[in-house]
Amino acid sequence: MKEELRVKKIKDGTVIDHIKAGKGKKVLDILGIGNGFSKTTALLMNVPSKRIGKKDIVKIEDKALKKDEVDKIALVAPRATWNVVKDFKVTKKNEIELPETLEGILKCPNPKCVTNMNEPVKSKFKVEEKEPVKLRCVYCERLFGLEDML
Amino acid sequence: MNLKGRDIISIRDMSKEEIELILETAKRMEPYAKGEKSSKLMDGKILGNLFFEPSTRTRLSFTAAMQRLGGEVMGFSGTGITSIAKGENLADSIRVVERYCDFIVIRHPMEGTARLAAEVSSKPIINGGDGANQHPTQTLLDLYTIRKLKGKIKGLNIALLGDLKHARTMRSLTYASAMFGANLTLISPAGLEMSKDVLLEIKRNFNKVPFQTNDIDAGLRKADVIYICRIQKERFADKFEAEKMQKAFRITPETLDQCKDDIAILHSLPKVTEIDPRVDEMKCAKYFDQTFFGVPVRMAILGLIGGAVR
Repeated sequence: MKEELRVKKIKDGTVIDHIKAGKGKKVLDILGIGNGFSKTTALLMNVPSKRIGKKDIVKIEDKALKKDEVDKIALVAPRATWNVVKDFKVTKKNEIELPETLEGILKCPNPKCVTNMNEPVKSKFKVEEKEPVKLRCVYCERLFGLEDML
Repeated sequence: MNLKGRDIISIRDMSKEEIELILETAKRMEPYAKGEKSSKLMDGKILGNLFFEPSTRTRLSFTAAMQRLGGEVMGFSGTGITSIAKGENLADSIRVVERYCDFIVIRHPMEGTARLAAEVSSKPIINGGDGANQHPTQTLLDLYTIRKLKGKIKGLNIALLGDLKHARTMRSLTYASAMFGANLTLISPAGLEMSKDVLLEIKRNFNKVPFQTNDIDAGLRKADVIYICRIQKERFADKFEAEKMQKAFRITPETLDQCKDDIAILHSLPKVTEIDPRVDEMKCAKYFDQTFFGVPVRMAILGLIGGAVR
């Protein structure tokens, strides 16, 4: 008997797969998907996975990811994959990888950091550890965990 | 190695070799710093001293350093009479001032300001203290003082005492002392211990694990050098509690009874009540000499980044 798909395929858009179980909701938060977002979106939680045991999957219709969005997702789902879907087919499969530096996508939690002043400067963090994530602000040099950032 | 044009922003940016070069050059600068010899190395050069918050020693010793090298100094201390009071941002202030001078020393209450200044300036920037973050020239003069007094840093027992959580000098000195192979003892009241991030970093980079204690007596017995800082009362909601801590973590002639005879006591100054005034007269009190060493060390930095010495 053919297995039935729990969630139907998307025609065009993005599938973020191999998200560590429990982190899918965080990925939606990072992408700003919540009330008021009009595109069809599916979050599958605790899906059995040979690679990581249990995983979450996010499918978003008519959405392409930007680089800063991918970098941010990498903070909570460092080994996820990100697939581009066109006409029901996966046309591009990418590994999500945390870059060495994150620029302009996160706010420094230190209120005394120059990046929180009225200055023409973007936040910049150096990734010091990937799991668990530790980020050092290039300006105030303080070290932060993910819980401080998101 | 050449430090010409180099910004001095954080001790964490510097290699051991670069620090060694500055310390060796400072040794050569001492007779000039004392006025025993005169120099025209910086003739025709101008140092911009931009002090967005009060400073005595750092500002005056940079001024002395530049003048001892035959250069000129301009700048301000406090922002009341500058265009910052009109709302000008720091980046614009730096872009203006760099056109008037050859180097800039900046002290600012916000953290990361020296790094930002270095990004917008084509002239070398020296961090004179950015909030609770870094004060690299203080750390360099601390290393110079320790080596001057003890002949070495590697293998020395250095005890850091006081509010290790909040004092920027202690964070930087912990890092630099570990880089130079000192054995560190960190003595602080409970709750004011050195940040775990610093401890992890020195373990990772230099394989150094300091001995940590809340017991002042246990921490001082083996020390060759004690570096003390005050309890930062302004960070406590309960000032009485802060004063109580300060009394317990204070250096007196009695505290020093148990220490080695040739112990050296250092402090970045200003000191308030953390050192008993009777200690000032003891031979172990080296903090006023330490503050003088700021001049040759800053002369070395100016000479090296200005390309006048190599």
